[in-house]
Amino acid sequence: MRKYLNIITAYSIMMILIILVGIFQSWSIALSILNYCLISAVMTMGANIQWGYAGLINFGIMGYTALGGLAVVLVSVAPVPEAWSAGGFNMITSLILILGIVLIVNYILKKYKNLKYKNYLIALVIVFGIILIRVVASPGIEAIEAVNPAKTGFLGGLGMPILFSWIVGGLFAAGLAFLVGKIALGLRADYLAIATLLIAEIVVSIIKHEDWLARGVKNVIGLKRPVPYEINLQTSPWFINLVEKLNQGKLNLISSVSEKKDILNQLVIDASSVYVKLCMTGLFLTVVIILLILTQKALYSPWGRKMRAIRDNEEAAGAMGKNVVKEHLLIFILGSAIVGLAGAMMVTNDGLFTPGSYRPMRYTFVIWVMVIVGGTGNNFGAILGGFAVWFLWVEAGPIALFLINFFTAHLDEANALKVHLIESAPYFRFLMIGVGLLVIMRYRPKGLIPEKINTKKI
Amino acid sequence: MSFFEGNKMTAGYGNGPDIINSCTIKVDRGEIVAILGPNGAGKSTAMKAMLGLLNLKSGSVVIDGQEISKLSPQDRVKKGISFVPQTKNVFAELTVRENLEVGAFLREDDVNKVIEEIYNLFPILKEKSSQVVGQLSGGQRQQVALGRALMIKPSILMLDEPTAGVSPIVMDELFQHIIKVKETNVGIIMVEQNAKQALSISNRGYVLVTGENKFEGSGDELLNDPEVRRSFLGG
Amino acid sequence: MELLNALILLLNYTIVPAITYGSQLALGAIFVTLIYGVLRFANFATGDMMSFGTMFAVLLTYYFQSIGIGLGILPTALLTIPFAIIAMILYMLFIDNFVFKYYRVKKSAPVQLAMVSVGVMFVTQAIIRIIIGPFDRRFLDGEKFILKASEFKEMTGLNEGLTIKSTQAITVVVTIILVSILFWFLNKTKTGTSMRAYSDNEDLALLSGIDPKRVVMITWIIAGFLATVGGVLYGLDKSYKPFVYFNNMLPIFAAAIVGGIGNPFGAFLGGYVIAFAEIFVTYAYKKFFTYLLPESLEPDSLVQLLSTDYKFAVSFSILVIVLLFRPSGIFEGKKI
Repeated sequence: MRKYLNIITAYSIMMILIILVGIFQSWSIALSILNYCLISAVMTMGANIQWGYAGLINFGIMGYTALGGLAVVLVSVAPVPEAWSAGGFNMITSLILILGIVLIVNYILKKYKNLKYKNYLIALVIVFGIILIRVVASPGIEAIEAVNPAKTGFLGGLGMPILFSWIVGGLFAAGLAFLVGKIALGLRADYLAIATLLIAEIVVSIIKHEDWLARGVKNVIGLKRPVPYEINLQTSPWFINLVEKLNQGKLNLISSVSEKKDILNQLVIDASSVYVKLCMTGLFLTVVIILLILTQKALYSPWGRKMRAIRDNEEAAGAMGKNVVKEHLLIFILGSAIVGLAGAMMVTNDGLFTPGSYRPMRYTFVIWVMVIVGGTGNNFGAILGGFAVWFLWVEAGPIALFLINFFTAHLDEANALKVHLIESAPYFRFLMIGVGLLVIMRYRPKGLIPEKINTKKI
Repeated sequence: MSFFEGNKMTAGYGNGPDIINSCTIKVDRGEIVAILGPNGAGKSTAMKAMLGLLNLKSGSVVIDGQEISKLSPQDRVKKGISFVPQTKNVFAELTVRENLEVGAFLREDDVNKVIEEIYNLFPILKEKSSQVVGQLSGGQRQQVALGRALMIKPSILMLDEPTAGVSPIVMDELFQHIIKVKETNVGIIMVEQNAKQALSISNRGYVLVTGENKFEGSGDELLNDPEVRRSFLGG
Repeated sequence: MELLNALILLLNYTIVPAITYGSQLALGAIFVTLIYGVLRFANFATGDMMSFGTMFAVLLTYYFQSIGIGLGILPTALLTIPFAIIAMILYMLFIDNFVFKYYRVKKSAPVQLAMVSVGVMFVTQAIIRIIIGPFDRRFLDGEKFILKASEFKEMTGLNEGLTIKSTQAITVVVTIILVSILFWFLNKTKTGTSMRAYSDNEDLALLSGIDPKRVVMITWIIAGFLATVGGVLYGLDKSYKPFVYFNNMLPIFAAAIVGGIGNPFGAFLGGYVIAFAEIFVTYAYKKFFTYLLPESLEPDSLVQLLSTDYKFAVSFSILVIVLLFRPSGIFEGKKI
């Protein structure tokens, strides 16, 4: 029990903080933060599997998150038949062309292993292929993007339930991770970090600029939801009754009927938003718990031990006949798939897909801070890191504002420095996150909840 | 009293066990001393302890009557003790001449004269002076390493397995160079795996076993000692 | 005549901008490669450090303008560069002393230092945004053009104009001067040689009496020059926006790796490789071919390999290809 004490303490503090937000700001904000904390926790678990279990640096979190989000659009949005009839044929032909190129390149690699000009031949095939694809695809793209550009202008999705997209998001990310892993996993740690970062940029720039796919920077809004809509709740009698019942005491104090009605209305509106978020919380919590159970099981399984052996001494593990390359690829795919799942969860939570918002700062580096702060190699730590850092990220602005006001209280309201600082309050979050990271790395290099692998008997 | 002495040295890495135990190595100027012994006997460790790359737990290092046990490796280099590590003993990305120049960074006076002396000792280096060392052959690299170490005009030169990984022909050549260096009144300590060949050019030799002095004597004595022959020279 | 027009077109829209952009990347890439070679870590704060130095130049430019100091036809920013460099160097040495030094002394793994540099990136970005804000700023003054398209057309009688902006000329001249001094320093001076020796073989360098503290300090000082000058040149040519500078880290990394990380001359060339690739692959050659081909063969599409949206993607793809086939970079030879 004792060894879990600091975990319990840390989580309790985190919960208290969120509850405090609920009391002082609003329950809706508190739940939004909680939901994002849960999503961050999933991302962090994904990154932690790669870094903590296997020592692989994946700075491409952003790319996998975006792919997960793309999956939501492609799975859940209703198809746009006009777009399909306008340019579907061209796009499918292009897809076949891409497959063809891949097959030809593969064939060349296999058949002409010893050919001197192999690489030039492949380059030629690829360049020629790209030109061909452009010729085939551009009229199709133009036609698709011309279909009601203000609302659609893309092929749309499959119109399937949105929860299904979470799995697809994971699969998308896994597919990308397979490719990236094949290319980059042999690289030295810091090269891998740079390579994954750049590949993620490529992925995001494709999602951003291929409008026919998911409207690019024009965003897809009004995605389906796995939970009820506020507006429906507000007109459901059972919900109104529930709210009335819960607030009986408060409502009884008001005598005027019309006033009572107004207040009840307001309460219903507030409660509906809280209810919706609670439903989301339930879903996310389920995912987190399932993942936690699976990852913990994996960590203490023979496979987990093997992974740690490889991480701690790659050469020795390799010499003992462990297939380091294969295991690294597997773990890279697994971790990325979890990140993809998180990306899908996030877009589901937001109800919109905004490719322009995928920036490395927010979706790669902040996640990495979560991993480092939480404690590498420890799933409880990873989740805590996700919670703590996300909480700081959101609440840093208000905290900074409070501190600025506190320290400049003696200054005049119109004081230039004070005004400037107050305007800059949102940027203090970078400062806090950065200083936090540096302090943790220096004084608690194993994170808030360190890996405690030896204390548990396997 | 010899010119350079490591007396009863005991040392190990970090908090680990002692690798050498009350080990004594002595060398005079103009003399070649070989340190021999089985793998893990602490040969290199003894040499590193004399250079100050690891701290002594007990014992002392003395040069020319002056106690230097507390000095840093750099300060010992300034006292005229030069060291050629076994691996990574050259600056592979620098030219031959730059390697020599870096070797003389601790000298204040004109280095060109010393470089000329080194070129006389190792003529091949003059020929390759503007080539990047990474492109040279193994034997040539070892000459660069020797030349670099000689740039401070040391009184003591310590070589950690100078012939590791070179062909027998190159090994003979290197030994000839080492003899030439000795003749310039430099005391040489070398750790060697090729015991027979090393002893054949050495004035004296030490045989270490598990960090302690086991045998010592002149090169011929050790070569002819039946027990040494049986245990370390392969019959 | 048509051929000449086509060449001028290409010169104006691809080669001149590519040389300019390449020079800016090259300075950043040498910065990355020096830090990697001597201090042995990938510095993820690269873009923000460049941004930090540039911020000082921007603020000082505003100040100088307000008190009426200027350089006439040259941008005032040139006057502020020395001060900005000093501020930059002080900041770098401060960060090194309080952050990086600890891990260096402990001989931490490069990955750990890279992660620490992420922390420095956050902090630097915060300081910049708190001081100057996230907005897009232009701080170029003085004469904008050396050669205007209309003047060129008049001079030569060609259809195509050639424009040379003063910032392009300044970028190239300053880069040539700075890089020449740098390579002279690295290759011909004792301190430069000791830096290269330290980067090549740390243990042997220590035994040869090279003072690691001094090498580290000099590296940061040179880095301060490169970061500030590179940043200011980029800002003069385009504009100063902190987020853009952060993003510029990516093509800069690509340039450094393409050139063989740790190899300054490779990084220098790598900058141009990336810049030329980005611009050549995303340029629409329609007009170019219109000049060259007979009317019947004229293309109706843009003749563009990839849309300009994929500018960054091009350089990153090059990087991936290089990593796949030649992880040591495409320029072999002497490293730092």
